[in-house]
Amino acid sequence: MPSFNDRNLIPRGLERCSLQGFALRLAPWLLLFAFGAYCIYLCLRFGLNQTNMDNRFAFGLWIFLDLTVIALGAGAFFTGFLLYLMKWKALKSVINSAVIIGFVCYSGAMVALAVDVGQPLRAWFTFWHPNVHSMLTEVSFCITCYLTVLAVEYIPILLKNRKLKQIPSFLVFEFELHKVIPVLAAVGTLLSFFHQGSLGGLYGVLRGRPFAYREGFAIWPSTFFLFILSAIAVGPSFILLTTKLAEKLSRKPLVRGGVYQMLGKTSGVLLTVYVALKSVDTLIWLNKTSQAAGFTPFEFYTFKPFGTWILFAEIVLLGLVPALLLLSSRMRARPAVLTGAAILACCGVALNRFVLTIQTLALPTLPFDEFLSYFPSWQEFGVFAAVLAYGVLVYAVSFRYLPLFPDEKQLTAPVETEELEYVSRS
Amino acid sequence: MAATKKHRRYGMVVDIDLCTGCGACMVACAAENNVAPAPERATDRTGITPMRVYPVHNGAPGDRRQTAFLPLMCMHCSEPPCESVCPQQAVELDEATGIVTQMPQRCLGCRYCMTACPYHARYFNWWDPQWPVGMEATLNPTVAPRSRGVVEKCNLCASRLHAAEDQATAEGQPMPATYVSACVEACPTGAMVLGDLDDPDTEAHKLAKAEGTFQLLAKLGTRPKVYYHSSRPWVRSLSERNAKEQAHA
Ligand code: SF4
Ligand code: SF4
Repeated sequence: MPSFNDRNLIPRGLERCSLQGFALRLAPWLLLFAFGAYCIYLCLRFGLNQTNMDNRFAFGLWIFLDLTVIALGAGAFFTGFLLYLMKWKALKSVINSAVIIGFVCYSGAMVALAVDVGQPLRAWFTFWHPNVHSMLTEVSFCITCYLTVLAVEYIPILLKNRKLKQIPSFLVFEFELHKVIPVLAAVGTLLSFFHQGSLGGLYGVLRGRPFAYREGFAIWPSTFFLFILSAIAVGPSFILLTTKLAEKLSRKPLVRGGVYQMLGKTSGVLLTVYVALKSVDTLIWLNKTSQAAGFTPFEFYTFKPFGTWILFAEIVLLGLVPALLLLSSRMRARPAVLTGAAILACCGVALNRFVLTIQTLALPTLPFDEFLSYFPSWQEFGVFAAVLAYGVLVYAVSFRYLPLFPDEKQLTAPVETEELEYVSRS
Repeated sequence: MAATKKHRRYGMVVDIDLCTGCGACMVACAAENNVAPAPERATDRTGITPMRVYPVHNGAPGDRRQTAFLPLMCMHCSEPPCESVCPQQAVELDEATGIVTQMPQRCLGCRYCMTACPYHARYFNWWDPQWPVGMEATLNPTVAPRSRGVVEKCNLCASRLHAAEDQATAEGQPMPATYVSACVEACPTGAMVLGDLDDPDTEAHKLAKAEGTFQLLAKLGTRPKVYYHSSRPWVRSLSERNAKEQAHA
C-alpha cells in the first residue's frame, strides 16, 4: 500500500506529529461531528419538535451559545483592530490564529442559527425586504457581512500553505490581498461593533420583558453598548486561552511571552470599564427601569435557583475579580493567574449571555403565570457538539498546514532561520 | 375610498365574573382557525392555543381561597412589542382595524416575537399540521392552515371581519362597528364582547370605560385592546405583576 505522506504540505521548518498520530487525535472529533451532523439533520428534517424548547422557552441553548461564541470570537476583529489600526505590532504573532478562531466562531454560530429557525429557506426575505426596526435584521446583516470579511481574511493565511504558495498566481493574489487587509480590518471592526451591539440590543429592546429591557441612547438600549464592551474585553482573553491551549497540545512555544501580557492587560483594562458601566446600568435598571414597568426590584431573583447570587457571580466573581487580576502586572506575570483570570473573564461573559437569554425567558411576566424551567434535548446538545467539533477540526487542520504563528519557527528552531523572516520583533 | 372607509379600533372586553372556565372559546377558536389536533408528544407548552383560559386564584389558603378564570389571547396591543422585532415584516398593526396581523407565509420561525410578547400569546408550530383521515372535511375554508416552523396567534377572526365587511359594502354601509368572532359566538355566558373601542355606541366601548375594567400589565406601555372586567378587587389586582403581594394584603 503506498503510504501517503503530508510532509511537504507542512510549513517549512515546523515540527508536526505524524499523519497517523494527527488522524488518531482527530478521530474522536470527527465522530462527534458526525453525531452532531445527524442531529442537525433531525432538526431540519423533522422540525424543532426535536428540541425541548416550547412556546414560553422560545429560545434555548442555541441562542445562549451563539451569543457566547460570538462574544468570544470578538478577539478576531479586535486583534485586527489593534494590530492594523492601532499598530500594536506584537499582535502579529497571534493575528492568524485570531482570524481562524473568529471565522470558526461566526460560521459555527451561523449554522446553529440556521437550524434554530423554523423556516431557514425563507431567510432571504430578511435581506430583501428588511424590517429596519428589528435588531435581528441588524444582526443578520452584520454577521453575514462580517463572516464574508473573515472568510476573505482567511484566504491569505490559506495561501501561505507551502504547496499553494508554489502557484505563482496565488502568490500574486495573496500579495494583493495583503494590501487590503487593513481596510478589511477597519470594515470588520465597524461591522463587529454593530453586530455585537445589536446582539445585546436583541434583548435590551424587549419592552415586554422587564428583566431584559434597558433604556439607552437613541435607538440603542444600554445592552447594545455593554455587549460591545464585554465582547472586546473577553476577546483577547479567549485568544490568550486558545493560544495557550495550542501551545500545550503541540508542546511548543508559539508566541513570545510579552504577547500574553499584552492580551491580558487589554482584557483587564476593558473588563474594568465594563464592570463599572455594567454596575451603573444594573442600578438604574433595578431602581428605575423595572419599577416603571410595574416590576419590583429583586422580584426577579425570588425564583430558585436564580437568586441574587447570580448577579453577584456575574459582576463581582466573574467580572471584577478577573479584571483586577489582569490589571495588576504582578499578578499577570504569574502564568497560572493569567490563565485563571482569562478563564474567569470568559465564564463571566457566558454567564451574562445566559442570564439575558435563559433567565429572561424563565421568568414569568403575567402575575398568574409561573417560573418555568427548560433542559435542552440531546439533539440540541448534539447540534452544538457539531459546531464545537467543526471548530476543533478547522483549527487543528489549519494549525498543521498553515503558518498560524509566525514566531513559532524562530522560537522552536532559532538556528535554522535562513529564510526571509517577516516576524516583527516586538 | 378613504372617505367612505371608516377606521375602526376593534378590541374586546372580557367579564371575568361571567367566565365559568368551560373552555368553549378555546375549542371554537381552534375549530375556526384550523388548528390541527395536537400530536401525542405535544404538551401544554408546545400546543397551539391562540385562545387559552388560565385558572387564577387569590393566593389565600383554605376556604378563603377564591378562583376565577381568565381567557387570554393576543391583546392586539396598540404599541405591540412583537411588531418592531420581526425581521421579516410578518407582524403588522393594521391601522384600519387596530388588529395586529400575523402573516405566517412570511414568517421565518425565528420566534423573536414570542420572546417579545409579555402575554405569551404567540404559538409556534412545532409539528406539521395533520388531520385524521376524514377530518379534513371539517376544515374551515376561509382560513389557511399554517405549516410547521411558523408562528401564529389570534388575529381577531380576521376572516369573519372580512365577511362582515363584504356584507356591509354590499349593503352600502361603512365598516361594521362590531362583528362576531368564534370565541364570542361560542361563549355560553356571553362573557366576551367585541367591537370598535372608539365608537361610543358599541358595548365594547362602554364596558372598556366602565368601572372595574382593567388591562393586563398596563404599565408595560403596550396599550392592549383587550380589556378585562371584574367586580372583585383581587381579580383586578391581577393587572400587575406584583399581584400576589396585593392579594395577600
Ligand atoms: S399580545 Fe403579544 S402578540 Fe398580541 S399584539 Fe401584544 S405583544 Fe403582540
Ligand atoms: S417568528 Fe416569524 S413572525 Fe415572529 S419575529 Fe420571527 S419571522 Fe417574525
